[in-house]
Amino acid sequence: MSRLLDVENLRVIFHTYRGTIKALNGIRLWLNEEERLGIVGETGCGKSVSALSVMRLIEAPGEIIDGQILFEGNDILKLSEEDMDRHIRGKRMSMIFQEPISALNPVFKVGFQIAETIAHCNDISIGDAYKLVPESLEMVGLDWKRSIDLYPHELSGGMAQRVMIAMALAIKPKLLIADEPTSALDVTIQAQILQLLDELVKIGKNAVILITHDLGVASEFCDRITVMYAGNVIEISNSEEIFDEPLHPYTKGLISSIPIIGASRELTGIPGSVPDLVSPPSGCRFHPRCDFCFDRCRTEPPTLSEISPGHFVACHLYSDGVKEG
Amino acid sequence: MEAIVTIENLRKYFDIKKSIFSKPRKVKAINDISLNIPRGSIFSVVGESGSGKSTLGRLILKLIEPTSGKICFEGEDITDLGSKDLIKYRREMQIVQQDPYNSLHPRKLIKDIVGEGLKIHYKLPSDEIYVRIKGILERVGLREEHMFRYPHEFSGGQRQRIAMARALVLRPKFLVLDEPTSALDVSVQARTLALLKELKESLELTYLFITHNLAVVDYIATHVTVMYLGKIMELGSKDEIFSNPKHPYTMSLLEAIPSVGRGKRIRKIPRGEIPSPLDPPKGCLFHTRCLQAMDICSKEEPDEIEISKGHLCRCHLYS
Repeated sequence: MSRLLDVENLRVIFHTYRGTIKALNGIRLWLNEEERLGIVGETGCGKSVSALSVMRLIEAPGEIIDGQILFEGNDILKLSEEDMDRHIRGKRMSMIFQEPISALNPVFKVGFQIAETIAHCNDISIGDAYKLVPESLEMVGLDWKRSIDLYPHELSGGMAQRVMIAMALAIKPKLLIADEPTSALDVTIQAQILQLLDELVKIGKNAVILITHDLGVASEFCDRITVMYAGNVIEISNSEEIFDEPLHPYTKGLISSIPIIGASRELTGIPGSVPDLVSPPSGCRFHPRCDFCFDRCRTEPPTLSEISPGHFVACHLYSDGVKEG
Repeated sequence: MEAIVTIENLRKYFDIKKSIFSKPRKVKAINDISLNIPRGSIFSVVGESGSGKSTLGRLILKLIEPTSGKICFEGEDITDLGSKDLIKYRREMQIVQQDPYNSLHPRKLIKDIVGEGLKIHYKLPSDEIYVRIKGILERVGLREEHMFRYPHEFSGGQRQRIAMARALVLRPKFLVLDEPTSALDVSVQARTLALLKELKESLELTYLFITHNLAVVDYIATHVTVMYLGKIMELGSKDEIFSNPKHPYTMSLLEAIPSVGRGKRIRKIPRGEIPSPLDPPKGCLFHTRCLQAMDICSKEEPDEIEISKGHLCRCHLYS
């Protein structure tokens, strides 16, 4: 499979009155065509900022200060805003968000909003695009006659997320970015939406970046998982291996924190809390909370290295190729 | 086991008006619920949005008035007590809410937030109050110096500990925990749950634990009640409900949880959306989404059936 997206050394900062927040600290991500990548991590780890950067949606006070984002071989950070709008955003890649109802425009009917998207990406008139709306709505499992004339406030969370999916996939994107698409939904509705997304993405051959804090969701939906912590990518692996053989102490801590039905085990959690990214810890950003911390961790930031085929980790325990017992 | 809280045929209807001219409509948030909460249990109430689980917690604490029914605390009927008579019960029953960002007064010091209840309920000298606040903060894993800080200086997990300290400082017997870890990251949630478990044992508490997360229930609870649109669908001990779920709704809730590290699987998910509580389905409340619905389900409402001792289920499949 060919490479669709390649993010290298991406650095993003936010200027605030408290100082500069180093939100992304030189991250590396990649994605093949039709592949599904999960980005997991806790609040403030930079998972949403990564996605917004790929869409080039970082606005002041945020700033991309370094790195490259190769999408289909072109560095999209070098494109003009106009080219980005005309050729990439909403054409080759699209995005769905956590709060579907607030992501929709409250003053227009659902049908019109979908038509607008279709018109924009196919360069056709709104009238012509409107004829394609029923098909879009049926595709996401909505009764088009009943839903086409509804306003966003009349939709339930699940229906609104279906509409968002219809809009995002109507343009047949190469890459779909889903930022916590089911976090605001009830579990049964979450299961429905994930199943729908799974079917549609299979048919549409879209590559997906799924951002979630729920490791269960990521593990079921994705081929590969990237774990982020405090603005760094700390581990990348396929979705089975990351749960069976996590390497990074943070990933281990995260997995041992998840309550699992029938597991009847004590939850250990991770001591301490997430660092303030205005003045992140020196060296490895996880070292103040890490049980395995040694001198080198306090001074030298670890780099991502491949321990076994396809399994990358950024931790000094594994540098020099030695695997800790 | 003796019950610390007993409720009988409890109902709570809210009036909803669509516009100022229309006739008010009734939302049956709690519709004829009876249950016993055994002393020393972690009694969990699970359900999706609109199931009435938070309303139930607030009713038991008498934060809102029931439409009808009876609430007993330690054998005393507290249903019709006024606010003056309730004071002595308020000490015994406390609540921790979901959102630790909104539940703490932003302009009060932690010592005033935690100590407010003490000042209202006990006429203690200020040095005694200080000692009690310090003691309870240390009990939940905070330190003395935290007393002189404001809520915004704390992380979500720490704020939830402050809310727990505020609830526990009065030495209650019964605590309503309304989604206490839902706003927290999973590593923080793990430590908060472990703390709750430990406090329950050492302070001899009883919890009503309201949550939408069945995995959390499996970890912490001793009893489970599954609610849907204001009614109990299934009730029993935790082990019984998880090993032998009977109601199709309980089964689909268990089925819907994404499993960690077991790859993709095909599952039976209930169809459709949760109906509006304003306009609940006739017959069995769940029949519109149930994968095993029969003809009778849309016509008649099923009664509560005792599957085994202490295991109740409201479903026609077993009648």
